[in-house]
Amino acid sequence: MVELYDGALDVEEILARWYKEESRSNYGAYIPFVGTVRDEDGIEGLSFDIYEPILEKWFDEWQKKAKTAGAIVKMAHSRGDVFVHESSYIAAVFSPKRRVALDMIDEFVEDFKAGAPIWKYDLRDGERIYAAERSTPITGSGLLKGES
Amino acid sequence: MVRVEFLGPIKKEPLYLDAATLQDVADVLSSDKEMKEWLQSCAVAVNDTLVSSLETPLCDGDKVSLLPPVCGG
Repeated sequence: MVELYDGALDVEEILARWYKEESRSNYGAYIPFVGTVRDEDGIEGLSFDIYEPILEKWFDEWQKKAKTAGAIVKMAHSRGDVFVHESSYIAAVFSPKRRVALDMIDEFVEDFKAGAPIWKYDLRDGERIYAAERSTPITGSGLLKGES
Repeated sequence: MVRVEFLGPIKKEPLYLDAATLQDVADVLSSDKEMKEWLQSCAVAVNDTLVSSLETPLCDGDKVSLLPPVCGG
């Protein structure tokens, strides 16, 4: 299950809880990635929409993939507004040995960026502006575009 | 009838259409000027599974979702 929260993530609580959850699972490596909103281009923050049914399917596929490598993945993400210097995304891989988790966290986060059904907006003057130029079409996009 | 829903930044209310395949949905949406740009960049899911063929059959009550370019994190 993906953990979804309204607003910024409580990073310390989530990382500590995940650590405790797996502290007796015999994983030698716990590799988290924390995504934090940077102060740039005058934005007040970011805002997110999430389509949960497809996000859960995407994550389930990753959980199966991780399992075949003896690993597990965990993920938390924000819905709605997250302000500068707050965090909106945490992913983590636990694996018996470090190499699997180091490689998988990279692959997981990149695949997340390219395919997870989440939409990002810049917050400016209290308005949400779709971050079109930073967004990636999901593989297979354009199916309905017709003849043109 | 199938329900066509527009996700994320597409500001459009759901449509209800008679459609036997995704081609029928494409035909209706491609005549909609405000959708033209979005159709270039949207992926499509039927009942929450991404699909890749316009021949995908549709049944009464199916949900068709348009997913514009994504950027999580």
